Amino acid sequence: MRRWQEASRTEELMNSGHFACPGCGGALAMRLVLKALGKKTIVVIPACCWSIIDGPFPLHCLRVPVYHTAFETAAIMASGIKAGMDIQGKEDIKVLAFAGDGGTADIGIQALSGACERNDDIIYACYDNEAYMNTGIQRSSATPLLAWTTTTPEGTPKGEPKKNMVEIVAAHRIPYTATASVGFPEDLITKFKKAKEIKGLKYIHIYAPCPTGWRMAPDLLIKVSQLATETCIFPLYEIEDGIRYRINYFPKEKLPVREYIKIQGRFSHLTEKEIGLIQKKVDFEWDLLNKKAKAQF
Amino acid sequence: MKLNEITGVKKVVTGNHAVSYGVLLARAQVIAAYPITPQTQIVELLSEFCATGLLKAKFIKVESEHSAMAACVGASISGVRAFTATSAQGLALMHEMLHWAVGARLPIVVANVNRAMGPGWSVWTDQNDSLSQRDVGMIQLYCESNQEVLDTTIQSFKIAEKVLLPVMVILDAFVLSHTSEPVDIPTLEEVDAFLPPYQPRHYLDINNPQAFGGLTSPDHYYEIRMKIEIAHQEALKVAKKVDEEFKERFGRGYGLIEPYYCDDAKVILVTSGTITGTAREVIDEERRKGRKVGLLKIRLFRPTPKDEIKEVLLRADKIAVIDRNISFGHSGIFAQEIKSIFYNAYRKPPIFDFIIGLGGRDVRSEDIKEIIDYVFKKDYPTEDAIFKGVRL
Repeated sequence: MRRWQEASRTEELMNSGHFACPGCGGALAMRLVLKALGKKTIVVIPACCWSIIDGPFPLHCLRVPVYHTAFETAAIMASGIKAGMDIQGKEDIKVLAFAGDGGTADIGIQALSGACERNDDIIYACYDNEAYMNTGIQRSSATPLLAWTTTTPEGTPKGEPKKNMVEIVAAHRIPYTATASVGFPEDLITKFKKAKEIKGLKYIHIYAPCPTGWRMAPDLLIKVSQLATETCIFPLYEIEDGIRYRINYFPKEKLPVREYIKIQGRFSHLTEKEIGLIQKKVDFEWDLLNKKAKAQF
Repeated sequence: MKLNEITGVKKVVTGNHAVSYGVLLARAQVIAAYPITPQTQIVELLSEFCATGLLKAKFIKVESEHSAMAACVGASISGVRAFTATSAQGLALMHEMLHWAVGARLPIVVANVNRAMGPGWSVWTDQNDSLSQRDVGMIQLYCESNQEVLDTTIQSFKIAEKVLLPVMVILDAFVLSHTSEPVDIPTLEEVDAFLPPYQPRHYLDINNPQAFGGLTSPDHYYEIRMKIEIAHQEALKVAKKVDEEFKERFGRGYGLIEPYYCDDAKVILVTSGTITGTAREVIDEERRKGRKVGLLKIRLFRPTPKDEIKEVLLRADKIAVIDRNISFGHSGIFAQEIKSIFYNAYRKPPIFDFIIGLGGRDVRSEDIKEIIDYVFKKDYPTEDAIFKGVRL
């Protein structure tokens, strides 16, 4: 608790009165990210929940400038702004692209890959709530296996596993790739502070649950976030230069995925067999990640 | 490459390089572009200018035209002069972000080399790519010669920054883009005096943290759109003034439209782009024979100088619009526009529409002559559009 207070004892750059649903992981993610990055930050928001959360014109809940942009342009818009700032000698201004999982893993992946390949000097944060929540809970490529959404309705849950954006981005060998979670604020803030000091493209994938879309009570936000990491469904790790892996959090006791699944309505249809399948996949991925983290260079 | 060797001289350059020189002299600060034939030479030369330090700009080599325009939007809202160039499929891919540039009121300049849309793949010229972007709200200027391309590029930045609207400079594929002509390239000092550094009126400022482009309710949206319309009306005056000032300084002006032998003309042809050059020669020849035929070149397509167009065309008995484009299921696009101008006029001369030269098929002087003969013979058009030279 004290560590969280220390980490967050910075100026508040997000005002109350925003338009997020109760228990919104995306809103908390922005608040924490801005605590780490500070006032000299420009935020780019493509179509996503944050297009609404920031407030309708002429309102605006952040105390940093915001540029709302088209769905697929978060990364390149940030790059364009950064280029403009640099040519004016305002190199100290950080540009943050803050996009949802659909805007990152689906429609925005081309622009993101382009920015990664050019190693543009921006920070890209994906706040992952595992579906198109703003349009009403449609499946994205970041929706997990067997989850319910309005486009993977009862009887036909999502048949494909979640797209692994962290690995895709890291394959561009950008200087810094990391995962973070609103359930672990001190780790999140540390990572964004670190990203702020690195030149080139920094990608941080934030686990940001959506109680509305996940069919659970809003007060479960932190619990479900922590369970995702304690079950190793969403491990906290970072990758330097796309090759050097470091796991930032090892659960004291790796919890079964059932603990995580049973509190979410979107998984209420799962059979024991299906939960077993998910457990197997999670175990495999966690083992693989540990092997990568142990690799010597 | 030295600045004083390539500027302040008369050089033989292609239409594409005329754009590049214009952008160099306008001191664009961020350029973002993606290669596409027949535009590529524009950005090739610009990247050379950037690499040699002649142009102090950031060049973002993006992964698509959609991103090229998005990068320009980002650069422009950061407070700098931004430029991109494209063609056909590339312009179509940019479409969403063209709306963004207009709605955000950003003075970005885009050079579009008119190329026919696929399929089938075509790299040759027609106007359907730029005319498909008619309603996004950009200013559109069509050029006839390489000198006009260079001059219009420089003028475009000034017009754009005065009215806060993006401008499209349009030149025909190959006929201009890859054809060399002697072009007067002004000095940087001369252009600096004409085009001062960009002073943004709204930009991303950490000391004044505003949000741009957020959710806009029906209570506000219409008024914001109305302001774009008002800016277009203003652009008519501004474009004219900028062209006049340019003429004073550089000795070359083009007008928003250019009437050629229209005063006593019985028939006036309406053209845009390089067909104008061919038509001029035919008019000269016809005039020598004593035929009263004139030519009206449309340079500024959006905003449309309706009053000026009407004033010139009302002098004629009949009008023949030459369209290197087609709006399927209707007719040629310039013809529709000209017809709409006359709906409320006290006199409505018959308007003939000739669709010709799609996909870069040659438009020869004989074709223009045949069009003139046809219109002189007929009292009024018997069909909405005449498909000139189609082999069906």
